[in-house]
Amino acid sequence: MAFIEISRLKKSFSGQEVLKNINFSVGKNEVVAMIGPSGSGKSTLLRSLVHLETVDDGTIVFDGRYLVKDGQYAPAHDVKKITSKMGMVFQQFNLFPHLTVRENLEIAPKVLKIQPVAEIEKRSEELLKKVGLIDKKNAYPAQLSGGQKQRVAIARALMMQPEIMLFDEPTSALDPELTGEVLQVMKDLAKEQMTMIIVTHEMHFARDVADRVIFMDQGEIVETGSPVEIFNHPKNERTKVFLKRVV
Amino acid sequence: MSFDYFNMIIRPMLEGTKVTLWLFLIVILFSLPLGFLITLLARSRFKIVAWFAQGYIFVIRGTPLLLQLLVICFGLPMIPGIGEYLVLPRFTAACIGFILNYAAYFAEIFRGGLLAIDKGQYEAAQVLGLNRWQTFRNIIIPQMIRVALPAVSNETITLVKDTSLLYAVAVPELLHFAQTAVNRDFTIVPYFFAGFIYLVITFVLTMILKRLERRYQFE
Ligand SMILES: Nc1ncnc2c1ncn2[C@@H]1O[C@H](COP(=O)(O)OP(=O)(O)OP(=O)(O)O)[C@@H](O)[C@H]1O
Ligand SMILES: [Mg+2]
Repeated sequence: MAFIEISRLKKSFSGQEVLKNINFSVGKNEVVAMIGPSGSGKSTLLRSLVHLETVDDGTIVFDGRYLVKDGQYAPAHDVKKITSKMGMVFQQFNLFPHLTVRENLEIAPKVLKIQPVAEIEKRSEELLKKVGLIDKKNAYPAQLSGGQKQRVAIARALMMQPEIMLFDEPTSALDPELTGEVLQVMKDLAKEQMTMIIVTHEMHFARDVADRVIFMDQGEIVETGSPVEIFNHPKNERTKVFLKRVV
Repeated sequence: MSFDYFNMIIRPMLEGTKVTLWLFLIVILFSLPLGFLITLLARSRFKIVAWFAQGYIFVIRGTPLLLQLLVICFGLPMIPGIGEYLVLPRFTAACIGFILNYAAYFAEIFRGGLLAIDKGQYEAAQVLGLNRWQTFRNIIIPQMIRVALPAVSNETITLVKDTSLLYAVAVPELLHFAQTAVNRDFTIVPYFFAGFIYLVITFVLTMILKRLERRYQFE
Protein backbone atom coordinates (compact mmCIF):
# COMPACT_ATOMS: atom_id res chain seq x y z
CA MET A 1 0.00 0.00 0.00
CA ALA A 2 1.22 3.42 -0.89
CA PHE A 3 2.21 5.95 1.76
CA ILE A 4 -0.44 8.43 0.68
CA GLU A 5 -3.35 7.34 -1.41
CA ILE A 6 -5.82 9.78 -2.86
CA SER A 7 -8.88 8.70 -4.74
CA ARG A 8 -11.90 10.36 -6.32
CA LEU A 9 -11.11 13.65 -4.60
CA LYS A 10 -13.57 16.44 -5.35
CA LYS A 11 -13.70 20.03 -4.22
CA SER A 12 -15.73 23.04 -5.32
CA PHE A 13 -15.56 26.67 -4.33
CA SER A 14 -19.03 28.19 -4.55
CA GLY A 15 -20.13 26.02 -7.45
CA GLN A 16 -16.82 26.09 -9.33
CA GLU A 17 -15.23 22.63 -9.46
CA VAL A 18 -11.59 23.09 -8.53
CA LEU A 19 -10.69 19.43 -8.02
CA LYS A 20 -12.52 17.00 -10.28
CA ASN A 21 -11.96 13.39 -9.37
CA ILE A 22 -8.29 13.37 -8.41
CA ASN A 23 -6.54 10.02 -8.07
CA PHE A 24 -2.90 9.48 -7.25
CA SER A 25 -0.61 7.98 -4.69
CA VAL A 26 2.81 8.70 -3.30
CA GLY A 27 5.20 6.02 -2.11
CA LYS A 28 7.43 6.30 0.92
CA ASN A 29 10.63 8.26 0.17
CA GLU A 30 9.23 9.35 -3.15
CA VAL A 31 9.65 12.91 -4.42
CA VAL A 32 6.72 14.06 -6.51
CA ALA A 33 6.73 17.31 -8.43
CA MET A 34 3.39 18.83 -9.31
CA ILE A 35 3.23 21.23 -12.23
CA GLY A 36 0.45 22.96 -14.08
CA PRO A 37 -0.96 26.32 -15.07
CA SER A 38 -2.22 28.88 -12.62
CA GLY A 39 -5.63 28.05 -11.21
CA SER A 40 -5.39 24.35 -12.02
CA GLY A 41 -5.95 23.36 -8.39
CA LYS A 42 -2.42 22.46 -7.27
CA SER A 43 -2.54 24.49 -4.07
CA THR A 44 -6.03 23.34 -3.26
CA LEU A 45 -4.93 19.71 -3.60
CA LEU A 46 -1.90 20.22 -1.37
CA ARG A 47 -3.93 22.13 1.19
CA SER A 48 -6.54 19.39 1.24
CA LEU A 49 -3.90 16.91 2.35
CA VAL A 50 -3.20 18.89 5.54
CA HIS A 51 -6.85 19.75 6.03
CA LEU A 52 -6.43 23.44 5.30
CA GLU A 53 -9.23 22.79 2.84
CA THR A 54 -12.13 20.44 3.40
CA VAL A 55 -12.89 18.26 0.39
CA ASP A 56 -16.43 17.54 -0.73
CA ASP A 57 -15.91 13.94 -1.69
CA GLY A 58 -13.24 11.29 -2.07
CA THR A 59 -10.73 9.47 0.06
CA ILE A 60 -7.32 10.30 1.49
CA VAL A 61 -5.38 7.53 3.19
CA PHE A 62 -2.16 8.34 4.96
CA ASP A 63 0.05 5.46 6.02
CA GLY A 64 -2.93 3.14 6.19
CA ARG A 65 -5.17 5.55 8.10
CA TYR A 66 -8.15 7.34 6.68
CA LEU A 67 -8.06 11.11 6.87
CA VAL A 68 -11.26 11.22 4.87
CA LYS A 69 -13.21 8.30 3.43
CA ASP A 70 -15.78 8.92 0.71
CA GLY A 71 -16.14 12.51 1.86
CA GLN A 72 -16.50 11.57 5.55
CA TYR A 73 -13.72 12.95 7.72
CA ALA A 74 -12.20 10.98 10.56
CA PRO A 75 -12.92 12.28 14.08
CA ALA A 76 -11.18 15.60 14.79
CA HIS A 77 -8.65 13.94 17.06
CA ASP A 78 -7.57 11.49 14.34
CA VAL A 79 -7.47 14.22 11.70
CA LYS A 80 -5.09 16.14 13.93
CA LYS A 81 -2.92 13.12 14.54
CA ILE A 82 -2.70 12.26 10.85
CA THR A 83 -1.99 15.80 9.65
CA SER A 84 0.64 16.23 12.37
CA LYS A 85 2.80 13.83 10.35
CA MET A 86 2.89 16.32 7.49
CA GLY A 87 4.95 19.47 7.23
CA MET A 88 3.99 22.27 4.91
CA VAL A 89 5.99 25.11 3.39
CA PHE A 90 4.10 28.04 1.91
CA GLN A 91 4.92 30.36 -0.95
CA GLN A 92 4.64 33.35 1.41
CA PHE A 93 6.75 31.68 4.16
CA ASN A 94 4.23 32.56 6.88
CA LEU A 95 6.91 32.95 9.50
CA PHE A 96 5.75 34.37 12.81
CA PRO A 97 7.01 37.97 12.67
CA HIS A 98 6.96 38.51 16.44
CA LEU A 99 9.32 35.61 17.12
CA THR A 100 13.02 35.25 16.43
CA VAL A 101 14.22 32.61 14.00
CA ARG A 102 14.94 30.26 16.82
CA GLU A 103 11.61 30.90 18.52
CA ASN A 104 9.86 30.30 15.21
CA LEU A 105 11.36 26.82 15.20
CA GLU A 106 10.72 26.10 18.84
CA ILE A 107 7.30 27.57 19.49
CA ALA A 108 5.14 24.69 18.28
CA PRO A 109 7.21 21.84 19.76
CA LYS A 110 7.39 23.71 23.06
CA VAL A 111 3.70 24.55 23.23
CA LEU A 112 2.79 20.99 22.26
CA LYS A 113 5.51 19.55 24.52
CA ILE A 114 6.47 16.91 21.98
CA GLN A 115 9.93 16.59 23.56
CA PRO A 116 11.82 17.86 26.60
CA VAL A 117 12.85 21.50 26.16
CA ALA A 118 16.56 20.66 26.03
CA GLU A 119 15.98 18.26 23.13
CA ILE A 120 13.86 20.80 21.27
CA GLU A 121 16.58 23.43 21.62
CA LYS A 122 19.26 21.01 20.52
CA ARG A 123 17.20 20.05 17.50
CA SER A 124 16.56 23.66 16.50
CA GLU A 125 20.31 24.33 16.65
CA GLU A 126 20.96 21.33 14.43
CA LEU A 127 18.33 22.27 11.92
CA LEU A 128 19.48 25.87 11.75
CA LYS A 129 22.99 24.63 11.05
CA LYS A 130 21.62 22.33 8.43
CA VAL A 131 19.89 25.15 6.55
CA GLY A 132 22.91 27.41 7.09
CA LEU A 133 21.26 29.97 9.35
CA ILE A 134 22.69 29.33 12.78
CA ASP A 135 24.19 32.84 12.84
CA LYS A 136 20.70 34.28 12.32
CA LYS A 137 19.08 32.43 15.17
CA ASN A 138 18.30 35.59 17.14
CA ALA A 139 17.19 37.65 14.16
CA TYR A 140 13.56 38.47 13.49
CA PRO A 141 12.01 37.42 10.16
CA ALA A 142 11.86 41.06 9.03
CA GLN A 143 15.67 41.10 9.09
CA LEU A 144 16.03 38.17 6.70
CA SER A 145 16.10 37.89 2.92
CA GLY A 146 13.37 35.89 1.20
CA GLY A 147 15.64 32.91 0.68
CA GLN A 148 16.64 32.93 4.32
CA LYS A 149 12.99 33.19 5.39
CA GLN A 150 12.04 30.19 3.33
CA ARG A 151 14.93 28.16 4.75
CA VAL A 152 13.71 29.05 8.24
CA ALA A 153 10.21 27.96 7.24
CA ILE A 154 11.56 24.61 6.06
CA ALA A 155 13.50 24.13 9.28
CA ARG A 156 10.42 25.08 11.29
CA ALA A 157 8.36 22.42 9.52
CA LEU A 158 11.11 19.85 10.09
CA MET A 159 11.03 20.54 13.84
CA MET A 160 7.79 18.58 14.04
CA GLN A 161 9.57 15.54 12.57
CA PRO A 162 7.14 15.14 9.68
CA GLU A 163 7.03 12.00 7.60
CA ILE A 164 6.16 13.92 4.50
CA MET A 165 6.87 17.48 3.42
CA LEU A 166 4.53 19.47 1.21
CA PHE A 167 5.89 22.48 -0.64
CA ASP A 168 3.59 24.97 -2.33
CA GLU A 169 5.71 26.97 -4.77
CA PRO A 170 8.44 27.53 -2.20
CA THR A 171 10.54 29.70 -4.51
CA SER A 172 7.87 31.66 -6.37
CA ALA A 173 8.03 34.66 -4.05
CA LEU A 174 11.82 34.85 -4.26
CA ASP A 175 14.16 36.91 -6.38
CA PRO A 176 15.73 34.58 -8.96
CA GLU A 177 19.17 34.78 -7.38
CA LEU A 178 17.76 33.52 -4.06
CA THR A 179 15.98 30.42 -5.32
CA GLY A 180 19.16 28.34 -5.46
CA GLU A 181 19.77 28.28 -1.70
CA VAL A 182 16.21 27.09 -1.04
CA LEU A 183 16.27 24.46 -3.77
CA GLN A 184 19.56 23.20 -2.36
CA VAL A 185 17.98 22.60 1.04
CA MET A 186 15.18 20.69 -0.66
CA LYS A 187 17.65 18.63 -2.64
CA ASP A 188 19.40 17.71 0.59
CA LEU A 189 16.08 16.59 2.02
CA ALA A 190 15.43 14.43 -1.03
CA LYS A 191 18.84 12.85 -0.58
CA GLU A 192 17.89 12.00 2.98
CA GLN A 193 14.90 10.09 1.65
CA MET A 194 12.27 12.58 2.81
CA THR A 195 8.93 11.95 1.15
CA MET A 196 7.95 15.16 -0.61
CA ILE A 197 5.24 16.63 -2.78
CA ILE A 198 6.44 19.82 -4.41
CA VAL A 199 4.29 22.22 -6.37
CA THR A 200 6.74 24.16 -8.47
CA HIS A 201 7.36 26.26 -11.55
CA GLU A 202 11.06 25.33 -11.48
CA MET A 203 11.12 22.81 -14.29
CA HIS A 204 14.85 22.18 -14.05
CA PHE A 205 14.54 21.45 -10.40
CA ALA A 206 11.60 19.11 -11.01
CA ARG A 207 13.58 17.28 -13.62
CA ASP A 208 16.63 16.93 -11.35
CA VAL A 209 14.99 16.00 -8.10
CA ALA A 210 11.61 14.44 -8.72
CA ASP A 211 11.05 10.72 -9.03
CA ARG A 212 7.72 11.45 -10.63
CA VAL A 213 6.02 14.44 -12.17
CA ILE A 214 2.31 15.13 -12.10
CA PHE A 215 0.80 17.57 -14.56
CA MET A 216 -2.47 19.16 -13.49
CA ASP A 217 -4.83 21.25 -15.53
CA GLN A 218 -8.33 22.52 -14.78
CA GLY A 219 -8.75 20.45 -11.66
CA GLU A 220 -7.60 17.20 -13.18
CA ILE A 221 -4.43 15.18 -13.30
CA VAL A 222 -3.79 15.12 -16.99
CA GLU A 223 -0.57 13.17 -17.12
CA THR A 224 1.90 11.61 -14.76
CA GLY A 225 5.22 9.94 -15.32
CA SER A 226 8.95 10.10 -14.76
CA PRO A 227 10.64 13.44 -15.44
CA VAL A 228 11.98 12.08 -18.71
CA GLU A 229 8.54 10.91 -19.77
CA ILE A 230 6.85 14.19 -18.92
CA PHE A 231 9.52 16.64 -20.04
CA ASN A 232 10.99 14.81 -23.02
CA HIS A 233 8.09 12.70 -24.28
CA PRO A 234 4.82 14.21 -23.10
CA LYS A 235 1.87 12.28 -24.50
CA ASN A 236 -1.04 14.57 -23.76
CA GLU A 237 -1.70 17.57 -25.94
CA ARG A 238 -2.36 19.85 -22.92
CA THR A 239 0.95 18.82 -21.34
CA LYS A 240 2.77 19.65 -24.54
CA VAL A 241 1.14 23.07 -24.80
CA PHE A 242 1.92 23.88 -21.17
CA LEU A 243 5.56 22.81 -21.39
CA LYS A 244 6.09 24.73 -24.60
CA ARG A 245 4.86 27.84 -22.83
CA VAL A 246 6.97 27.54 -19.67
CA VAL A 247 10.27 26.12 -20.92
CA MET B 1 2.50 85.45 43.00
CA SER B 2 3.99 84.25 46.22
CA PHE B 3 5.48 80.95 47.11
CA ASP B 4 3.01 80.72 49.97
CA TYR B 5 0.12 80.84 47.56
CA PHE B 6 1.48 77.84 45.64
CA ASN B 7 1.87 76.04 48.88
CA MET B 8 -1.73 76.68 49.74
CA ILE B 9 -3.29 75.44 46.51
CA ILE B 10 -0.85 72.60 45.89
CA ARG B 11 -2.23 70.35 48.58
CA PRO B 12 -5.86 70.12 47.42
CA MET B 13 -4.76 69.93 43.81
CA LEU B 14 -2.45 67.02 44.49
CA GLU B 15 -5.35 65.42 46.36
CA GLY B 16 -7.41 65.87 43.21
CA THR B 17 -4.58 64.47 41.09
CA LYS B 18 -4.71 61.34 43.19
CA VAL B 19 -8.39 60.87 42.32
CA THR B 20 -7.61 61.50 38.66
CA LEU B 21 -4.82 58.92 38.68
CA TRP B 22 -6.93 56.35 40.51
CA LEU B 23 -9.71 56.71 38.01
CA PHE B 24 -7.20 56.40 35.19
CA LEU B 25 -5.60 53.25 36.58
CA ILE B 26 -8.88 51.53 37.42
CA VAL B 27 -10.32 52.30 34.00
CA ILE B 28 -7.25 51.07 32.12
CA LEU B 29 -7.04 47.95 34.22
CA PHE B 30 -10.64 46.93 33.56
CA SER B 31 -11.45 48.37 30.17
CA LEU B 32 -8.57 46.72 28.29
CA PRO B 33 -9.57 43.14 29.19
CA LEU B 34 -13.25 43.98 28.88
CA GLY B 35 -12.59 45.50 25.47
CA PHE B 36 -10.78 42.37 24.40
CA LEU B 37 -13.66 40.24 25.59
CA ILE B 38 -16.10 42.36 23.59
CA THR B 39 -13.86 41.92 20.51
CA LEU B 40 -14.08 38.18 20.93
CA LEU B 41 -17.84 38.31 21.40
CA ALA B 42 -18.19 40.49 18.31
CA ARG B 43 -16.43 37.69 16.35
CA SER B 44 -18.49 34.94 17.91
CA ARG B 45 -19.99 32.22 15.75
CA PHE B 46 -23.25 32.72 17.61
CA LYS B 47 -24.90 35.46 15.63
CA ILE B 48 -26.92 36.86 18.54
CA VAL B 49 -23.82 37.26 20.70
CA ALA B 50 -21.89 38.92 17.89
CA TRP B 51 -24.82 41.16 17.08
CA PHE B 52 -25.16 42.21 20.71
CA ALA B 53 -21.45 43.04 21.04
CA GLN B 54 -21.46 45.03 17.82
CA GLY B 55 -24.58 46.86 18.92
CA TYR B 56 -22.89 47.72 22.17
CA ILE B 57 -19.87 49.17 20.39
CA PHE B 58 -22.15 51.10 18.05
CA VAL B 59 -24.18 52.70 20.85
CA ILE B 60 -21.26 53.56 23.10
CA ARG B 61 -19.14 55.05 20.33
CA GLY B 62 -22.08 56.90 18.89
CA THR B 63 -23.03 58.80 22.03
CA PRO B 64 -21.02 61.27 24.15
CA LEU B 65 -19.14 59.98 27.14
CA LEU B 66 -20.55 62.84 29.17
CA LEU B 67 -24.10 61.70 28.43
CA GLN B 68 -23.21 58.17 29.46
CA LEU B 69 -21.73 59.41 32.73
CA LEU B 70 -24.79 61.50 33.47
CA VAL B 71 -27.05 58.52 32.79
CA ILE B 72 -25.09 56.25 35.10
CA CYS B 73 -24.65 58.77 37.91
CA PHE B 74 -28.00 60.55 37.80
CA GLY B 75 -30.25 58.74 35.34
CA LEU B 76 -30.27 55.17 36.53
CA PRO B 77 -31.39 55.98 40.09
CA MET B 78 -34.48 57.64 38.58
CA ILE B 79 -35.76 54.44 36.96
CA PRO B 80 -39.01 53.59 38.75
CA GLY B 81 -38.91 50.38 40.76
CA ILE B 82 -35.24 49.43 40.40
CA GLY B 83 -33.70 52.89 40.58
CA GLU B 84 -33.13 52.82 44.30
CA TYR B 85 -30.83 49.79 43.88
CA LEU B 86 -28.77 51.61 41.27
CA VAL B 87 -27.56 54.39 43.50
CA LEU B 88 -23.82 53.90 43.69
CA PRO B 89 -21.07 55.94 45.30
CA ARG B 90 -20.36 58.67 42.78
CA PHE B 91 -16.75 57.66 42.13
CA THR B 92 -17.74 54.01 41.60
CA ALA B 93 -20.50 55.01 39.21
CA ALA B 94 -18.09 57.20 37.28
CA CYS B 95 -15.54 54.36 37.08
CA ILE B 96 -18.18 52.05 35.64
CA GLY B 97 -19.18 54.65 33.09
CA PHE B 98 -15.60 55.18 31.97
CA ILE B 99 -14.85 51.46 31.86
CA LEU B 100 -17.93 50.68 29.76
CA ASN B 101 -17.07 53.54 27.41
CA TYR B 102 -13.38 52.84 26.96
CA ALA B 103 -13.97 49.10 26.59
CA ALA B 104 -15.99 49.82 23.46
CA TYR B 105 -13.19 51.91 21.95
CA PHE B 106 -10.57 49.33 22.83
CA ALA B 107 -12.79 46.59 21.39
CA GLU B 108 -12.90 48.43 18.09
CA ILE B 109 -9.12 48.89 18.12
CA PHE B 110 -8.50 45.21 18.88
CA ARG B 111 -10.93 44.21 16.16
CA GLY B 112 -8.86 46.18 13.66
CA GLY B 113 -5.71 44.58 15.05
CA LEU B 114 -7.08 41.10 14.49
CA LEU B 115 -8.21 41.94 10.97
CA ALA B 116 -4.68 43.07 10.14
CA ILE B 117 -3.23 39.62 10.79
CA ASP B 118 -2.65 37.57 7.65
CA LYS B 119 -4.59 34.34 7.36
CA GLY B 120 -1.31 32.61 6.57
CA GLN B 121 -0.42 33.00 10.24
CA TYR B 122 -3.40 30.90 11.28
CA GLU B 123 -2.64 28.35 8.58
CA ALA B 124 1.03 28.00 9.50
CA ALA B 125 0.07 27.51 13.14
CA GLN B 126 -2.58 24.96 12.26
CA VAL B 127 -0.20 22.93 10.11
CA LEU B 128 2.31 22.94 12.96
CA GLY B 129 -0.38 21.33 15.11
CA LEU B 130 -1.41 24.23 17.34
CA ASN B 131 -5.08 24.29 18.25
CA ARG B 132 -7.26 27.39 18.12
CA TRP B 133 -6.50 28.59 21.61
CA GLN B 134 -2.74 27.88 21.36
CA THR B 135 -2.65 29.76 18.09
CA PHE B 136 -4.54 32.66 19.52
CA ARG B 137 -2.44 32.95 22.62
CA ASN B 138 1.02 32.40 21.10
CA ILE B 139 0.70 33.71 17.56
CA ILE B 140 -2.26 36.03 17.17
CA ILE B 141 -2.45 38.05 20.39
CA PRO B 142 1.19 39.23 20.38
CA GLN B 143 0.80 40.43 16.80
CA MET B 144 -2.53 42.03 17.56
CA ILE B 145 -0.95 43.95 20.43
CA ARG B 146 1.73 45.32 18.13
CA VAL B 147 -0.82 46.50 15.58
CA ALA B 148 -3.15 47.91 18.24
CA LEU B 149 -0.56 49.55 20.46
CA PRO B 150 -0.31 52.97 18.77
CA ALA B 151 -4.09 53.38 18.80
CA VAL B 152 -4.33 52.10 22.36
CA SER B 153 -1.65 54.64 23.33
CA ASN B 154 -3.67 57.43 21.78
CA GLU B 155 -6.78 56.35 23.59
CA THR B 156 -4.86 56.12 26.87
CA ILE B 157 -3.66 59.68 26.56
CA THR B 158 -7.19 60.78 25.77
CA LEU B 159 -8.37 59.03 28.91
CA VAL B 160 -6.06 61.13 31.06
CA LYS B 161 -7.76 64.24 29.74
CA ASP B 162 -11.25 62.71 29.81
CA THR B 163 -10.93 62.15 33.55
CA SER B 164 -11.72 65.87 33.85
CA LEU B 165 -15.33 64.92 32.96
CA LEU B 166 -15.58 63.84 36.57
CA TYR B 167 -16.07 67.55 37.18
CA ALA B 168 -19.50 67.29 35.56
CA VAL B 169 -20.68 64.54 37.89
CA ALA B 170 -19.29 66.31 40.92
CA VAL B 171 -16.51 63.94 41.84
CA PRO B 172 -13.77 66.17 43.25
CA GLU B 173 -10.69 65.63 41.12
CA LEU B 174 -7.84 67.78 39.85
CA LEU B 175 -9.91 70.16 37.77
CA HIS B 176 -12.50 70.56 40.51
CA PHE B 177 -9.90 71.84 42.96
CA ALA B 178 -8.42 74.12 40.35
CA GLN B 179 -11.85 75.63 39.68
CA THR B 180 -12.51 76.03 43.40
CA ALA B 181 -9.27 77.93 43.81
CA VAL B 182 -10.02 80.11 40.77
CA ASN B 183 -13.45 81.00 42.11
CA ARG B 184 -12.15 81.70 45.55
CA ASP B 185 -8.97 83.62 44.77
CA PHE B 186 -9.96 85.17 41.47
CA THR B 187 -6.71 84.22 39.71
CA ILE B 188 -5.82 82.23 36.60
CA VAL B 189 -2.85 80.51 38.25
CA PRO B 190 -4.64 77.33 39.36
CA TYR B 191 -5.70 76.67 35.75
CA PHE B 192 -2.08 76.76 34.63
CA PHE B 193 -1.14 74.62 37.53
CA ALA B 194 -3.76 72.03 36.60
CA GLY B 195 -2.64 72.12 32.98
CA PHE B 196 0.92 71.56 34.08
CA ILE B 197 -0.05 68.51 36.11
CA TYR B 198 -1.99 67.02 33.18
CA LEU B 199 1.06 67.62 31.00
CA VAL B 200 3.34 65.85 33.43
CA ILE B 201 1.02 62.85 33.53
CA THR B 202 0.63 62.60 29.76
CA PHE B 203 4.36 63.13 29.27
CA VAL B 204 5.32 60.30 31.61
CA LEU B 205 2.66 58.11 30.05
CA THR B 206 3.89 58.87 26.53
CA MET B 207 7.40 57.82 27.54
CA ILE B 208 6.15 54.54 28.96
CA LEU B 209 4.01 53.81 25.90
CA LYS B 210 6.87 54.62 23.53
CA ARG B 211 9.04 52.08 25.28
CA LEU B 212 6.27 49.52 25.09
CA GLU B 213 5.84 50.16 21.39
CA ARG B 214 9.55 49.73 20.84
CA ARG B 215 9.43 46.41 22.67
CA TYR B 216 6.77 45.25 20.28
CA GLN B 217 8.68 46.19 17.14
CA PHE B 218 10.01 42.69 16.40
CA GLU B 219 13.03 43.89 14.48
N1 LIG C 1 -10.68 30.08 -0.93
C1 LIG C 1 -11.11 30.08 -2.22
N2 LIG C 1 -12.33 30.57 -2.53
C2 LIG C 1 -12.77 30.56 -3.79
N3 LIG C 1 -12.07 30.11 -4.83
C3 LIG C 1 -10.84 29.62 -4.60
C4 LIG C 1 -10.29 29.58 -3.28
N4 LIG C 1 -9.06 29.03 -3.34
C5 LIG C 1 -8.86 28.75 -4.65
N5 LIG C 1 -9.91 29.09 -5.40
C6 LIG C 1 -10.04 28.89 -6.86
O1 LIG C 1 -9.74 27.56 -7.13
C7 LIG C 1 -9.00 27.44 -8.34
C8 LIG C 1 -7.74 26.67 -8.08
O2 LIG C 1 -6.91 27.44 -7.23
P1 LIG C 1 -5.50 26.93 -6.74
O3 LIG C 1 -4.97 27.98 -5.85
O4 LIG C 1 -5.63 25.57 -6.17
O5 LIG C 1 -4.69 26.86 -8.10
P2 LIG C 1 -3.12 26.68 -8.31
O6 LIG C 1 -2.98 25.58 -9.29
O7 LIG C 1 -2.45 26.54 -7.02
O8 LIG C 1 -2.73 28.04 -9.00
P3 LIG C 1 -1.39 28.91 -8.84
O9 LIG C 1 -0.36 28.29 -9.75
O10 LIG C 1 -1.80 30.27 -9.34
O11 LIG C 1 -1.01 28.90 -7.41
C9 LIG C 1 -8.78 28.84 -8.83
O12 LIG C 1 -9.73 29.11 -9.83
C10 LIG C 1 -9.03 29.70 -7.64
O13 LIG C 1 -9.57 30.93 -8.02
MG1 LIG D 1 -1.09 27.76 -5.92
